[in-house]
Amino acid sequence: MTREAMEYDVVIVGAGPSGLTTAIRLKQLAEKAGKELSVCVVEKGSEVGAHILSGAVIEPRALAELFPDWKERGAPLNTPVTADRFLFLTTDKAYKLPTPPQMHNEGNFIVSLGNVVRWLGEQAEALGVEIYPGFAASEVLFNADGSVKGIATGDMGVEKNGEPGPNYQPGIELHARQTVFSEGCRGSLTKGLFSKFNLRDGADPQTYGIGIKELWEVRPEVHQAGLTMHTVGWPVSTDVYGGSFLYHLENNQVAVGFVVGLDYSNPHLSPYEEFQRFKTHPEIRKVFEGGRRISYGARALNEGGFQSVPKLSFPGGLLVGDTAGFLNVPKVKGTHMAMKSGIEAAEALFTHLTFDGQTGPEVLGYAERLKQSWLWDELYQVRNIRPSFRWGLLGGIAYSALDTYLLKGRAPWTLHHHADHTQLKKASDCAPIVYPKPDGKISFDRLSSVFISATNHAEEQPCHLRLKDASVPIATNLALYNAPETRYCPAGVYEIVEDPSGPRMQINAQNCLHCKTCDIKDPTQNIDWAVPEGGGGPNYPNM
Amino acid sequence: MKILVPIKRVVDYNVKIRVKADQSGVELANVKMAMNPFDEIAVEEAVRLKEAGKATEVVAVSAGVTQCQETLRTAMAIGADRGILVETDADLQPLAVAKLLKAIVDKEQPKLVILGKQAIDDDANQTGQMLAALLGWPQATFASKVEIGAESVTVTREIDGGLETLALPLPAVITTDLRLNEPRYATLPNIMKAKKKPLDTLQPIDLGVDVTPRLTTLKVVEPARRSAGVTVADVAQLVEKLKNEAKVL
Repeated sequence: MTREAMEYDVVIVGAGPSGLTTAIRLKQLAEKAGKELSVCVVEKGSEVGAHILSGAVIEPRALAELFPDWKERGAPLNTPVTADRFLFLTTDKAYKLPTPPQMHNEGNFIVSLGNVVRWLGEQAEALGVEIYPGFAASEVLFNADGSVKGIATGDMGVEKNGEPGPNYQPGIELHARQTVFSEGCRGSLTKGLFSKFNLRDGADPQTYGIGIKELWEVRPEVHQAGLTMHTVGWPVSTDVYGGSFLYHLENNQVAVGFVVGLDYSNPHLSPYEEFQRFKTHPEIRKVFEGGRRISYGARALNEGGFQSVPKLSFPGGLLVGDTAGFLNVPKVKGTHMAMKSGIEAAEALFTHLTFDGQTGPEVLGYAERLKQSWLWDELYQVRNIRPSFRWGLLGGIAYSALDTYLLKGRAPWTLHHHADHTQLKKASDCAPIVYPKPDGKISFDRLSSVFISATNHAEEQPCHLRLKDASVPIATNLALYNAPETRYCPAGVYEIVEDPSGPRMQINAQNCLHCKTCDIKDPTQNIDWAVPEGGGGPNYPNM
Repeated sequence: MKILVPIKRVVDYNVKIRVKADQSGVELANVKMAMNPFDEIAVEEAVRLKEAGKATEVVAVSAGVTQCQETLRTAMAIGADRGILVETDADLQPLAVAKLLKAIVDKEQPKLVILGKQAIDDDANQTGQMLAALLGWPQATFASKVEIGAESVTVTREIDGGLETLALPLPAVITTDLRLNEPRYATLPNIMKAKKKPLDTLQPIDLGVDVTPRLTTLKVVEPARRSAGVTVADVAQLVEKLKNEAKVL
């Protein structure tokens, strides 16, 4: 069956901070130059912001470059940070640590990134950008010369067996002079581009963390708008890179979350249950007691930093934002970098697309511009902080202090990364971890959590979590690692079911929060996360 | 034959509803909104009638805030020809909506009005019936099948214990049930085309309708939480608990 095709100057995959910034800056430049430039953004979430999840404290630096008048335009940055606290937790005590310089938040704002992105979407549409939520880019299209031609959106109404159902609608092709991939961390199309164009040659493997977040409405007595708090230490052991964030937003809301580095080695570890346990610490519990949990979600994030940045352009396209790995780990922020990369991508794209003479198929100017920008410098300076935590929490803190205060990020060496999926040890070599049962007040089970993420996928569709080899979950993962996917998945997608014929892996793909952790952490890289039918996934409000 | 399809913008069916802290209503800030699913079925049915040559024009109409325009665009992406928005920030109750719709019907003179049997937010199940009464038109509610004849329509309705078939002279009001059809996916090209279709905006005052609420909401509360169940060991224990704890035996 042939698909319909539409032509644009630029097609952007993903309506997050980087993709929308690229779109906005392109239109701003076109308007200023009096030129026509068609820009289309596709987004797999049911609306702009539906799949966005972040802490979030954002640094408005890149936003101010995009819209110097962002305040007048009503950007939803309503809660300036008023205080920063950094704590080290033990089982029942909390010790105040000096806040590391990167974590100082003067001039920054506590936001719901989902709402910021919804606002960016409105700004983009006002400038003439066409945004299509509910359409998932499922395939990269190539020209005869091997350059990227655009993308195709997924077919809708396909039955479980892969056959067209009664409401079948084939996807359509979006062709573009340049295609921008802004899929966020571990983009499913970006993954294919990495191998097709060898974009990771010479770069360290990307490393990741999983962030699990809840939004709460707390008692007014304990609420302190503008307060940010980060913790390290308990409940994770010192060999695990993990910590929490707790941000007091407006309207008595508190965003709380826990991030666990996916290079953890003990397969018995469950990031979800570490988070639930974290909230029961006396210092933390008091914030949430008597409060109400409003929302829940999870998302993987990049931790590789400078060493792991891939080649950023290839014939016909570019990588921007988190799919390229722009996140400042010690700063615990990525939005400003995602937006900055979008600005630089748009500037380079515009020059390329409006150049009168001959241009090649690749926008080389993007990486050049980025390397001249503050983003590159910022990423370079902190490059050794995250990998130093291979020496444990105390070793990492000690090294980070040395690197930050004494060497000021100018160490003559660069520490390297290993791929997260290679780090798991055998279950039999590790101590099992016993997690407390959820109490239903402060801590909860997975399914009641997924319920409030408003996640849904059209029921009759092929499973979007594809196993390369169906025997691996039992023969390898269960046998050697005690089925780690049943623990690292924050949505209970993976379940071992005992059948009379023996154990079987059941995949509850409908629960999937699109966090991508399984694609990252599966020890043999047997799980391929592909986009489900457009519009499926979480419907986060205010996350 | 012209068909009028009234549609309502409601909180998306996937969203977990949350009551506002002051109990004045349901939290709507930054919550995903969508077309009432029963209305989507109504749009689909009208568009199918047009595709089958039984109707000449499908007009979608909505009443409410500015953002209802998006809902109307969705209806036009499914296949409605044009949209009318009666724009107001007022809290609209079924009787006010029915009066607005009557005014639109007087203006547009459709032969058929198809709308959802109820909206999934307030579950009132009143607007279609009130509209039929105000117009003095016959009505067929909870339709699971609609067949258009020359000057009449045959409607199969889902009722307790089976199906009921009614024949109505046109013009008429039909409200849709879940099994009438399965709405199509709006395709990208059709979403683009929908952006260019005509959309008129009116105010209630243009239609001479007073939409002031006639009912007052005292408070909105969440349903009481069910306490967790227990697994009983055997039948004897179950009987014992039903007798002594639940006291139902």
